[in-house]
Amino acid sequence: MRGAPGPALAATYLSLLVLLPIAAILSKAFDGGVGAFWREVTQTETLAALKLTIITSLIVVAVNSVAGTAIAWLLVRDRRFALNKVIGALVDLPFALPTVVAGVVLLSIYGAGSPVGIDVAYTRAAIVVALAFVTLPFSVRSVQPVLAALDTDTEEAAASLGATPWTTFRRVTLPSLLPAILTGAGLGFARAVGEFGSVTLFSGNLPFKTEVAAVRIFGLIDSDSLPAAAAVSLALFIVSLVVLTLFSLLRRRLLPVEADS
Amino acid sequence: MSIEVTSLAKSFGSSVAVEDVSFEVPAGSLMALLGPSGGGKSTVLRMIAGLEVPDAGTVRIDGEDVTRLPARSRGIGFCFQHYAPFRHMTAWENVAFGLKIRHRPKAEIAARVAELLELVRLSGFADRYPSQLSGGQRQRMALARALAVEPRVLLLDEPFGALDAQVRKELRTWLRELHEKVAVTTVLVTHDQEEAMEVADQIAVIREGRLEQVGTPAECYDHPASEFVLTFLGPATRINGAWVRPHDLALSLEDRPGARRGTVERIVRLGFETRVEVVLDDGTDTWVQLAGRALDELALSLGARVYVSMEHARDFSAVASSPTV
Repeated sequence: MRGAPGPALAATYLSLLVLLPIAAILSKAFDGGVGAFWREVTQTETLAALKLTIITSLIVVAVNSVAGTAIAWLLVRDRRFALNKVIGALVDLPFALPTVVAGVVLLSIYGAGSPVGIDVAYTRAAIVVALAFVTLPFSVRSVQPVLAALDTDTEEAAASLGATPWTTFRRVTLPSLLPAILTGAGLGFARAVGEFGSVTLFSGNLPFKTEVAAVRIFGLIDSDSLPAAAAVSLALFIVSLVVLTLFSLLRRRLLPVEADS
Repeated sequence: MSIEVTSLAKSFGSSVAVEDVSFEVPAGSLMALLGPSGGGKSTVLRMIAGLEVPDAGTVRIDGEDVTRLPARSRGIGFCFQHYAPFRHMTAWENVAFGLKIRHRPKAEIAARVAELLELVRLSGFADRYPSQLSGGQRQRMALARALAVEPRVLLLDEPFGALDAQVRKELRTWLRELHEKVAVTTVLVTHDQEEAMEVADQIAVIREGRLEQVGTPAECYDHPASEFVLTFLGPATRINGAWVRPHDLALSLEDRPGARRGTVERIVRLGFETRVEVVLDDGTDTWVQLAGRALDELALSLGARVYVSMEHARDFSAVASSPTV
């Protein structure tokens, strides 16, 4: 039987959109051989940018996993809450806003002359705030449908067995949500390590201090060091891949047996 | 431990789920709350459990007023129609849950869980996850989980409702045996009258949020308090303007004193019993329930002229004419 057009179409689309660019980066990164690649990646300024990016991204993912789950809880379980619909719409705002605009907005609120009295502009805290803003929807939207589909039966069963609400959450509800939380964390991390627009305005891009990898790459492109830019990109890509794989392995360990209906 | 509910009432928004329900379950006995789906019986059970707060009325367990107590402090065991297993835990961990959160010593937990898995015949399945168990096994696991904490009362919400007929019957018999062994006061919600009659010491019939009758299965069957109970608990048909059980009617080919003449309209074989539908000459439809053998002896065929006599039939007309509660 001749194959349906679906798989061929998907493979072609995926190749054009994902595989080809990755191959291009790969080839560019190794333009001068493995030695050149390693030299570019281990440049002190680059290394500092990579380290900063990974650490801030991990912090943001941890914070948003908690906050995102709490917001999803509010949206799903607190239906009586009047602002619920408004919050539901607002959650996606970071996706809708051009990230540069997000940077401007954050700078005006949490920068010099802040109306709320918080000034973190041009500090590492600014990077965390910007990344948290941009990746929040991943956490909320990953957990929300799983929470909505979760039977309250099991929570009631735990209560009938003598569990307090906190014990029930910790031992029954949270384990059911963890795979979804990890999914959100993975997506959020991948997005955070590549974030440029919102960070560039808000963090000031000071080398060795607030310069993230994406900004460093932009700087390298700007100074016509394309192989170096590709090398840093590839390093970033590998880090994301490793972290995503770890998350996915962890998720599989949490689900030793695929839950059925 | 006895359960006593008094004047329970509960509404969800504008719809009344339970209205003025009172009954008592004696210590160690098994009470079935029986009625059509959506009639409020599960809500009564959930109020006993503390999973639902009554608008009015009280719940007492062993004489203690628990109406305002949260479910976790009531000392209950609860089983759900869809088992509510903890999917990320093995059968062993599910059963151990209540003991673990009480911080019982490890050795005690191990011994108790082993004993309970044995009791529900799941000893070989301790390491299985719920998704690796059949529906019947999951419900037995849920029962063991509920019994592990030595509840004062056991509350079962349509526990066999999601199982197929064969497993249902097996588990029903097994539950009765289990109840003899464990003797914990039990309330079972079901819409299956056969299940209620077989398992329960007492039946409380609930319809549209109200209690129709409380009594032993025999009392409810033989002395129904209302037309609803009469028709819900077993087959009923009208003849001579009277309500009778179709298995109390006799069918013959010869005339008998007081018999009514009619024509056989339809014969439905249901295994051990046969349902013979007869149109009497005065135009009323009725039906007679016969054992297979009785039917063979009569050699009935469609259109046959027969006599239906009710000399041994109990007349429930008094019930029928009384207003339903």
